[in-house]
Amino acid sequence: MAKHATPKLDELESGPWPSFVSDIKQEAKSRARNADSVEYQVPVDAPDDLLGVLELSYTDGETHWKHGGIVGVFGYGGGVIGRYCDQPEMFPGVAHFHTMRVNQPAAKFYTTEFLRGICDIWDMRGSGLTNMHGSTGDIIFLGTQTAQLEEIFYELTHTMNTDLGGSGSNLRTPECCMGPSRCEFACYDTQDLCYTLTQDYQDELHRPAFPYKFKFKFDGCPNGCVASIARSDFSVIGTWKDDIKIDRSAVQAYANGEFKPNAGAHSGRDWGAFDIQAEVVDRCPTRCMRWDGGTLRINNRECTRCMHCINTMPRALKIGDERGASILVGAKAPVLDGAQMGSLLVPFVEVAEPYDAVKEVIENIWDWWMEEGKNRERLGETIKRLSFQKLLEVTNIKPQPVHVKEPRHNPYIFFKEEEVPGGWDRDLEAYRNRHKR
Amino acid sequence: MAFVSSGYNPDKPMEGRLSDIGPRKYDEFYPPFIAKNKGNWEYHEILEPGLLMHVAKNGDRVYTLRVGAARLMSVTHIREICDIADTYCDGYLRFTTRNNIEFMSESLETIKALRADLEKRKFKGGSNKFPVGGTGCSISNIVHTQGWVHCHTPATDASGPVKAVMDEMYEEFGAMRMPAKLRIALACCINMCGAVHCSDIGLVGIHRKPPMVDHEWADRLCEIPLAVASCPTAAVRPTRIERNGEKVNTIAIKNERCMYCGNCYTMCPALPISDGEGDGIAVMVGGKVSNRISMPKFSKVVVAYIPNEPPRWPTLVKTVRHIVEVYAANAKKYERLGDWAERIGWERFFSLTGLAFTPHLIDDFRDPAYYTWRQSTQFKF
Repeated sequence: MAKHATPKLDELESGPWPSFVSDIKQEAKSRARNADSVEYQVPVDAPDDLLGVLELSYTDGETHWKHGGIVGVFGYGGGVIGRYCDQPEMFPGVAHFHTMRVNQPAAKFYTTEFLRGICDIWDMRGSGLTNMHGSTGDIIFLGTQTAQLEEIFYELTHTMNTDLGGSGSNLRTPECCMGPSRCEFACYDTQDLCYTLTQDYQDELHRPAFPYKFKFKFDGCPNGCVASIARSDFSVIGTWKDDIKIDRSAVQAYANGEFKPNAGAHSGRDWGAFDIQAEVVDRCPTRCMRWDGGTLRINNRECTRCMHCINTMPRALKIGDERGASILVGAKAPVLDGAQMGSLLVPFVEVAEPYDAVKEVIENIWDWWMEEGKNRERLGETIKRLSFQKLLEVTNIKPQPVHVKEPRHNPYIFFKEEEVPGGWDRDLEAYRNRHKR
Repeated sequence: MAFVSSGYNPDKPMEGRLSDIGPRKYDEFYPPFIAKNKGNWEYHEILEPGLLMHVAKNGDRVYTLRVGAARLMSVTHIREICDIADTYCDGYLRFTTRNNIEFMSESLETIKALRADLEKRKFKGGSNKFPVGGTGCSISNIVHTQGWVHCHTPATDASGPVKAVMDEMYEEFGAMRMPAKLRIALACCINMCGAVHCSDIGLVGIHRKPPMVDHEWADRLCEIPLAVASCPTAAVRPTRIERNGEKVNTIAIKNERCMYCGNCYTMCPALPISDGEGDGIAVMVGGKVSNRISMPKFSKVVVAYIPNEPPRWPTLVKTVRHIVEVYAANAKKYERLGDWAERIGWERFFSLTGLAFTPHLIDDFRDPAYYTWRQSTQFKF
C-alpha cells in the first residue's frame, strides 16, 4: 500500500515511454521490502515522500523545495546542493533532501562493477534515486541528509576512487562527446582532454573562486554532439586544416545506390534515389564542391568544414589529417542578459598532450575574468561589457576577420592613445592661436 | 536505523582523507573492442532505428543498441541495466548526452537477442523500460532539468511534461522519418540548466507574475543590495516601510518593469515568484547546435504561454505534435526545423502552423530586439 495517494502521478504510469513514477514506486517498494537487509541511513520511505510532495506540486502547480542551505564536505565549496522541503511535517522522509554531484567518467562509459558500487553507496546512504545524468554530465544523487555527506564522500573516494563534481561559482564538471573512442569524425581525443583538464583543475572545480560558474565542454567535430557551443563558457570543437579525403570508388558506390546515404539516418521515409548533386553539392553552404556524374571535386580552400558532405557520405569522405580544434567562448543560457552562443576566439589550436596551448588560453581568460568579472557575471557577459577586443588582448590573440561575421556597424571606435600621433595631451593655447574663441 | 560509519572520523576530518582525486579515467571502462579500435574507426551505419554499426579500419565491427530512459532513475533500475549489460555485453555500457543508454557488442546476434529481451521488460504500470531508438532522423530523448522533483525555482515540472511529450512521440523515437534530426529539450525555468535555447523545439518554464515581497523576512533572510543588483531591468529597489510601528528595511518591486526572470528570488528567498495560476511553459523552436549546413542558432519563441496542466500537459503535447507534423510535412530533406522556417520565412511558418502571432512574440529585450524586426520590404503576404 502506497504511503500517499497519488492519483495525478499515477496517470504518468500509462503510455509507452519509461515512467519515472513507476520507477520511483518500484524503489519505494524495494526499500520497504529490504530483501538485502540494507542498513538504510536516511528514511526508508524517502521515495514515497518524494511522490507525495510531487503530487502536491501537481495539485497546486508550485514547487515545494526551498533554497539550498550551505552544506557540503570539508574543504570543498561545491558538489553538494542543500535541499529542504517546505512541508517537512507532511513529508518527513524528504524534509532534508540534498543533492550530490558525482563526477562522471568522460563520455560516460561504465563497467557494471563501477555502477553497482555507486548504487550500493546510494542505496544505503541516500534515497536510492538518481539522475543518469544531470544536464552538465554528473551522476546526480537525488536526496540525502547532512550527516551522510561526509560518509558518502569517504566511500566515493576510498571505495570507488572517484570524486564529486562542481557546483556554485566554480569550474563545473567538464563534459565531452565520445570522441575517437567510437566515432570516425573526432578530430582530437575529447575524452583525454576532458579528463586531463578535469584533473589539472581540481582546485578550481572544488573551491569556488570565480565570479560565477564556468563550464568546459569538448566536441570532437563541428557536429557538436555535446552542444558545447550553446552551453559552455569554454567550448573546444574539433576541426582540421587540410583537405577532406575523398575515396572515389566509395563516392561512386553512393552514386550507384550501393551505400546508404547519411549512414542510413533517413531510412524511415522514402526520399527517392540518392542524388549527390542535389543532396550534397547544392546543399554545401559554400558551394565549394563539383560533381560531374563521375568525379567529385572539393575546393578545400573555400570549405568551412560544416560536416554535411562527410555526414552524408561517411564512407567516401573523411576529415582531414591536420587536426586540432577551434575554441569558442562565452556561451550561456538567457539568465541574465539574454542567451549567448560561443564566439570564436582561437580558430585553430593543436590539441596534443600535455595540452599546454589550450591551458594557456584558459588561464589567460581566468586571470582576466577573476579580476574584472562582477559577482554572478558569466564570461560571455564580461566580454560583452568589456569588449571582444579586450578578450583578444588578454589572451594575446591577434584580431582576424574570422573573429567576426561582419565588421562593426558604427565608427564609434575606442582608439587607444598610443595609436594616435601626438597622444591626447593637446596644447589648447596653440589651438586658440589657430582658432579664435 | 543505527548510524553506520563509512570509516570517516568526524573528530579528525583530515585523517586518511582523500580529496581532489577527480573522476576515474575513462579508459578503465572501455570494452576491449573500443580500447582496441579507438581512433581507428572507418565509418558507421544505422542498420535500423536504434541499432548502429561502427566499422574499424581493420574490419572489426561493433554493434550498438541505443535505448531511451527517464533520466530520473532508481538504483533498482540501474541494477537491472547492469544485469542486462552483464548478460549481453560483458559488463560494459555507456550513457549518452541525451539520457539514452548504449549497449555494445561485437556480435549482431547478441544485440538482436538483447533487443528481443528488452522489448519484454516493462514497468509495473505498463510503460516500456527500454525503448529502442533515438538514432538518425528520429526524435531522440528529451534532455531536461529537475522541475518540481527537486528544484526551488521551477515554473513547471520537468519529468512529467517530458514523459507526456515522449509518450506522444514514442513512434518517432523508434522511427527515422523526420527531414533531419529533431531535438526537443525542456527547462523548467529560464535558468535553463541545459541548452534549451538552441533546440529544434525548446520548452521553457516561465513565470508571469512579479515576485511577492515577504517584508517581515527580507532584511533578515537576504542581502538586499544583492537582490537589487540581481535585477536586469531595475525593477527591484531597496525601500523602508513601517511595520508594527517600526521602520524596517525591505524591497519594493516595480511590477511593470518585471519580466519574471526569477533572478531576484535566486538571490533572496523573501521574494517568492512561483504561482500556480501564473506559471506555465513557452515554446521555442528552430534552434540548433550543429554547424552542419547552417551555423548554430537560437530557438525562437512561437508560443508565449501554455498553462501547466498536470499530470499530462495536453495542450503542450498537442502543440508540440502539431509543430512536428507541419515541419515533417513541409521541410526538405536535411532541413532542420530552423533552416526550414528561415527558408520559407517566419510569416509562412505561422501561416502553415496556424499558431497565433501575438505581441508577446516580438522581442523587446535590450538591443538584440531591433535585429529581430524586419528592416526590409521583402516579406510574404
